[in-house]
Amino acid sequence: MDVKELLMIAIGSSLVSNVVLSQFLGLCPFLGVSRKTETAVGMGAAVIFVITLASAVTGTIYEYVLKPFDITFLQTIVFILVIAALVQFVEMFLKKFMVGLYQSLGVYLPLITTNCAVLGVALNNVKYEYNVLTGIVNGFATAVGFAIAIVILAGIREKIEYNDIPRSFQGMPIVLITAGLMAIAFFGFAGLL
Amino acid sequence: MKEAKERFLNGLFRENPTLVLMLGMCPTLAVTTSAVNGVGMGLTTTAVLVLSNALISMLRNIIPDKVRIPAFIVVIATFVTVVELLLEGFLPALYDALGIYIPLIVVNCIILGRAEAYASKAAVIPSIFDGFGMGLGFTLALTCIGSIRELIGMGEVFGYRVMPASYVPFSIFVLAPGAFFVLAILTAIQNKVKIAGEKKGKDMSRIQSGCGSDCTSCTGCGGDSGKGEA
Repeated sequence: MDVKELLMIAIGSSLVSNVVLSQFLGLCPFLGVSRKTETAVGMGAAVIFVITLASAVTGTIYEYVLKPFDITFLQTIVFILVIAALVQFVEMFLKKFMVGLYQSLGVYLPLITTNCAVLGVALNNVKYEYNVLTGIVNGFATAVGFAIAIVILAGIREKIEYNDIPRSFQGMPIVLITAGLMAIAFFGFAGLL
Repeated sequence: MKEAKERFLNGLFRENPTLVLMLGMCPTLAVTTSAVNGVGMGLTTTAVLVLSNALISMLRNIIPDKVRIPAFIVVIATFVTVVELLLEGFLPALYDALGIYIPLIVVNCIILGRAEAYASKAAVIPSIFDGFGMGLGFTLALTCIGSIRELIGMGEVFGYRVMPASYVPFSIFVLAPGAFFVLAILTAIQNKVKIAGEKKGKDMSRIQSGCGSDCTSCTGCGGDSGKGEA
């Protein structure tokens, strides 16, 4: 596994096939927690942390438990339970040992269990037959892609707030249109690979 | 029987999970590139929803309250795996088209939401019909969005050409941005209806706009699940 290939995976999953804007994973927090840039940054950081950790753990379990025992068909059940337990464990660990980080990320952690991006990354890693290391890189890059998208959207939403929007388009519709335009913009990255 | 019918219609129209409650957004946007995919995803979700509602309702007096969310997740994940294997065996074309979004049915808010809000408290028969109603409501919405995107993006519906030959398709509508645009227009229409209804003095509070409010309810699930496991 050379560095170039890892770099290609990183660029591919963070920008070109962005997790929210082209794969539609993690839309709930993307639309729900993007009202302010500050909270969007917090959510983005929490997602990077959890997804990287989750892809490491699920990758290891898949490689060394599910595969040797030939029970890979159980992956969905195992992954979702591992992720739920992991998020809970991370929350308890941060609460106990890293109070500062817990105070800035803590509120977003429970939200992440129901974020389909986490399970999506774990399943994608299996689908593309990534090993543990490439899986971690892919997970990290995907999560960075999520953070980029949510922070940009939050920045735009802060500006939109003062605009004169037709009444029926206020709220979610205008946010969805913004997301659509962002998705078009992200098509531009396709030339990178 | 009356209650069963009421649950069925409630899911299909009055509390349509996608168009009214705005739940399950990820699959809604991701797989609706064509009407056929919309129907396939909708029916797959319906199958899981009916089965999980039935089993959870049967087990409602056995599952301890503290670990109910992890228990629900295991039940749902089991049925998703079963359905996934069946699709892979018997409908490989649909299996390939839906891809990763089949296992992701596990994290679809609609299913866990129905388990928590209805099936864990109600008898088996009404729960099954509740699942049917909600599932078909979801299917209806996905088919609608899929048809619109296919019509504008390719000039076809269910693979049949409807637009005249001179129509130049806006291919952006079958790509990712089109999903956002179609959903934006649908929610805007919904807002319009809501505003018009409020002017006439009707109670429109049932119709919610946007995902924000539902995420908080999902948060509740996530938080609870955590507590259950701790």
